Formats: sequence, C-alpha cells, structure tokens
Amino acid sequence: MAHSSATAQGVFPVSITVEFTGGLELLFGNERKHKVILPAQLEDGSRPNISYLLKYLVNNLMKDQRTDMFIMEDNVRPGILVLINDADWELEGEETYELQQGDNIVFVSTLHGG
Amino acid sequence: MGSLEETCASLRAQITATEEQLAGLKRDLANAEQAAQSDSATTTTAGNEHNDRNGHGRRWPLLQEEYKRYGRQMIVSQVGLKGQLKLRSARILLVGAGGLGCPAAQYLAGAGVGTIGLIDGDTVEVSNLHRQVLHRTKNVGKYKVDSAIESLRELNPHPTYIAHRTHLMPDEALAIFQNYDLILDCTDNPATRYLISDTAVLTGKPLVSASALRTEGQLMVLNDPPRAPGDKSGGPCYRCVFPRPPPADSVVSCADGGILGPVVGTMGVLQALEAIKVITAPDADVAGGAASTPRNPPALHVFSAYSSPLVRTIRLRSRRANCAVCSAEATVTLDTIKSGSTDYVFFCGSAILPSLLGPEERISAREYYEKYPGVSAVSQPHTVIDVRDKGQFEICSLENSLNIPISDILASGLTKPQAADAEQEAPTLPSWLPSELVSESSNPIYVVCRLGNDSQIVVKKMKELGLDQNGQRFIGDIRGGLRSWKEQVDSEWPEY
Repeated sequence: MAHSSATAQGVFPVSITVEFTGGLELLFGNERKHKVILPAQLEDGSRPNISYLLKYLVNNLMKDQRTDMFIMEDNVRPGILVLINDADWELEGEETYELQQGDNIVFVSTLHGG
Repeated sequence: MGSLEETCASLRAQITATEEQLAGLKRDLANAEQAAQSDSATTTTAGNEHNDRNGHGRRWPLLQEEYKRYGRQMIVSQVGLKGQLKLRSARILLVGAGGLGCPAAQYLAGAGVGTIGLIDGDTVEVSNLHRQVLHRTKNVGKYKVDSAIESLRELNPHPTYIAHRTHLMPDEALAIFQNYDLILDCTDNPATRYLISDTAVLTGKPLVSASALRTEGQLMVLNDPPRAPGDKSGGPCYRCVFPRPPPADSVVSCADGGILGPVVGTMGVLQALEAIKVITAPDADVAGGAASTPRNPPALHVFSAYSSPLVRTIRLRSRRANCAVCSAEATVTLDTIKSGSTDYVFFCGSAILPSLLGPEERISAREYYEKYPGVSAVSQPHTVIDVRDKGQFEICSLENSLNIPISDILASGLTKPQAADAEQEAPTLPSWLPSELVSESSNPIYVVCRLGNDSQIVVKKMKELGLDQNGQRFIGDIRGGLRSWKEQVDSEWPEY
C-alpha cells in the first residue's frame, strides 16, 4: 500500500497515543490519554524512539515541574513501567524502540497501597 | 455535661465487656494454634485428617456438609472434586489483613482452603471499616488478624486459621513462609513487598501480589511456576519487574491518597481468584497433563475504576537474567535476609520529613487560637493558608482560611526570583500565589495542613520567594496541623 510505504520512508509524522496511570496522570494535567504527533525523522536522520519520546513528554506535555517524579538519570524513574502496545517495554527493546504509526505507549506507576 | 458522663460510663462498660471478650477469644485462639501446630508437625493435611478421623469405613472424601457447601464451585469444571480436595489440603498465607487481605481471605475461606494464615501487626481503626470488610465496628482496637479470623470462623468453621499478630520481619519470614504453599501479598509498602517476594522465591512459593490506591489497582502472579533461583523456566519475581524501588517520596499511602473500598476489594477478590487458579491447576507432573496445559504467561493486570475497559492486561517479561534474587547471579539469599545484610528499609529508603522549620517559625494550634480568638481577621489582619488538596479542604476548613493545594505549589516548581532579576521589583511569581498576598502589608501568614508536614515545605517555599520581606513579615506554620487543632482547640473538629 502506498500509505504504508510512505510511512516506512518516514514521510508522515508519527501519530501515537500516550497514556498515564497509577497517579502519573497527575503530572500531566490530570489527563490520562494524550495524542502525540512526532516528526517522522529527527535532525540526525534517525527515527523517534522511546528515548526521544521521554524528552518530548517532559518538554511538551508535562505540567508539573517536578521532572524527577517521571525521569531520573535520563530514563523513567524506578517504579514506572513502560508498556509498548500492552507489552512490557523490555520485550521490545526498551528506550531504543522506534515508534510506529498508531503505537500505544502506557506509563504505569506502581501502586503500593493495600 | 450529664450526658457526656453517661457516654463515658457507657464507653467504659463497653471497653470492659470487649476486653473480656478479647481475652476469651485469645484463649480460644491459643488452643486452636496449638492444635494447628501439632497438625502441621505431623504433616497431616486437612484432607487426610478427615479420612483418619472417620476411619476405614468412610466412603466419601468430604463431609456431607462440605458437598453442599462447596457444591456450586465443585460443579465448575475447572475445580471439580479434585480441585476441592487440593483446596482443602492447601495452606495459604495472607500477609496483611486490610483492604486486600480481608476480601481475599473471605473468598478463600468460603472456597474451603484448608489452612489460612494471616499476618498483620495492626489493630482495627474506624477509618478501615469502609473497605476492610471482615472487620466489624465492635472490633475497633482489636488485632486485625483476630478480628478477621472471628469473621472467617462465622463464615466457614472448617478451615484451620492461624493468626500471626506481628508485622512480617526479615528474621521471621523464612520460618513462617515454610509452613505454607502459596503467599498473598496484601501489604501496603515497598519494603515489605520486596521482603515477601524474595522470601517467596527462596522458599519456592508462588506469590499473588496486589496493590491499590485511589481508583486504581494492580495484580500480578509472581514466581509461578516457583522454580529455584537460576532456573529460567520459573516465573518472574517482584524484583524482575521492579529491580529498583521507587523513590520513597513518590510512594503514596491509602491514608494520604485515599482509596475507594470496591477498588481495593476488587483487587483482593482477584487475588483469591488467582490463588484458587494456582492451587487447582492440573498437576504439571501428571503424565499427559504436563505440556498440554501451558500456564498463563506472566502478566500485570491494571484495574482503573474510571477507565474503559476497567481492566487492561500487560504482558510482562520473564525472569531477569541478572535478578538479585531469582537468577544464577543472585546476591540475596535466605542468609542475607535473615542476618539483615539485605536491608529492606535501607533499600527502599524512607520519606520521613526532617523538621524543616525552626521553633520560631512555628506556632502551636493553641497559641494561634489564643492570639486570634474568634473570627477577628479584621481587627488583627493575618492570612491562614490551608495547603491540603481541594477535596480535603471542602470536608472541613478553618474560617477565613485560603486554600492553595500543595500539589499546585510543588507542580509549579522552584520559580524563585533569580539573583540577576533582583533589581526588578516584580519578579515572575508563580500562578498559585494570590496577588493580595504579594502586595499586602506585613500581615503575618500562617500555613496549615493535615498533620504539619506539608505546611513546613510551603513556608520554606514562600520564604524562598521572598514573601517574608527579608524577615519583616512573619511566615510560619501551625505545628501539628489540623490534627493538633482538634486536640488543642476544637474537639468537635471533624477528623477524617
């Protein structure tokens, strides 16, 4: 299909869904679900990956200034799981995973109450 | 006054009566525990016990009453008589007898699990009752495990119930876990969660772990199948999923964040369900049954009361190749746990706030009240800022107090005026700050919160913003917050 080949060549911006749960939504204006559009190609020619997405979210979507509640040492802070299309990101290559059109990325903060 | 004295007398009488009841129950329990111990010492399972007791003439493995009691679940094909007998010989330990442990224990007892152990060092509080469904109003003040077992006995007298009236400690965990087949993590803090997972792995017990806060819950079945450390075919453990604990200040408790009863109840019920599934699963080592029934791949179930779908399931990784407890490179062992060299409290840190303010920056609730008796904000102008969240402020607030939630204040970060901009009269002030506070004279500002921790943070922040006009204006907090207000000033203040 013309559409998918164009996508593969990085012509169209990458449109994805980002969700926050487990209290993380409080850092993002109390909105759980966000539509995010990333450039098809970055300045260095690479495609946007999770690492890029983390920076993008902190710079563009995060309402709370306490970035260390979300990011520590350039990665998600301990106690947050990253899910790529409902699978633990460790099954998908973690922060190097290149985002695909329509991907669903979920950030889950662990709960401890009981 | 007369009616107050009557109330006191009545309460005293109730306490005496309850204490007598408690003493009686403790005697009963001691006897039952003794019986249970001699039971497990001879490794007699509950299932055999019935046979032994009834001799060779017995034709049926269950009591007449048990067929009736468990019939509805036995005719479900996944359980059957085989599953029921497995349940009866199963020994399940629930760590925590609160919002998760109560509903989980209730369903496990109802299902006829032979031995149910409960471990919890807490006593029942009124604020538990909306969700901890085994505890009754009359049992406030009693050990949660005793209160829970009292309810469970009324529900089903057949199981053996074992009470551990203590918080799970590293030096005892091994000895306790060894007496059980399956563990349920129904606790409320990261340090205990790591201790439970580590001990479950090292004693070879599957673990059903759940948690809940506000409107959400999470559930995982870990170490299933429970293989030895280094065996990659075992299920992942808590450390595989969360190798590093969250920063202590990011951990929110139900007391601080709130919790809906049915949310945590749902998670506890799901724990019971997963436990029943693990116990009644077809035997892996039975010929023909082994490979044909693959277990569910490891998953995290996330429940969210205000989302649709209500539950989403996430595929989890398998065992981590360098996991500190379940891999071949394990550094956590039974010895390091028992000796304390694996230090859970240190590992998870603690968020106990140091006292941020000096005594001259704090005022007791009584002192404040004496200084400003009645509503005299006009005659003696001052500002009271209440930094609790909006919902809490709406429950109760001091007259004429101003609500600025600490979450708004922290979210705006440290927007302190830069030294370079100091010459400018109006540095950019954060949006949460009402303009009248900035422009107003040197009227004092008092910050108050629920317990007197957040208020200190906010006082510090306001001083960093220069609101104290270099010491010209008093900014301080009410020590001990609204809890002290109730204790020292207004006994009718609603404490929630």
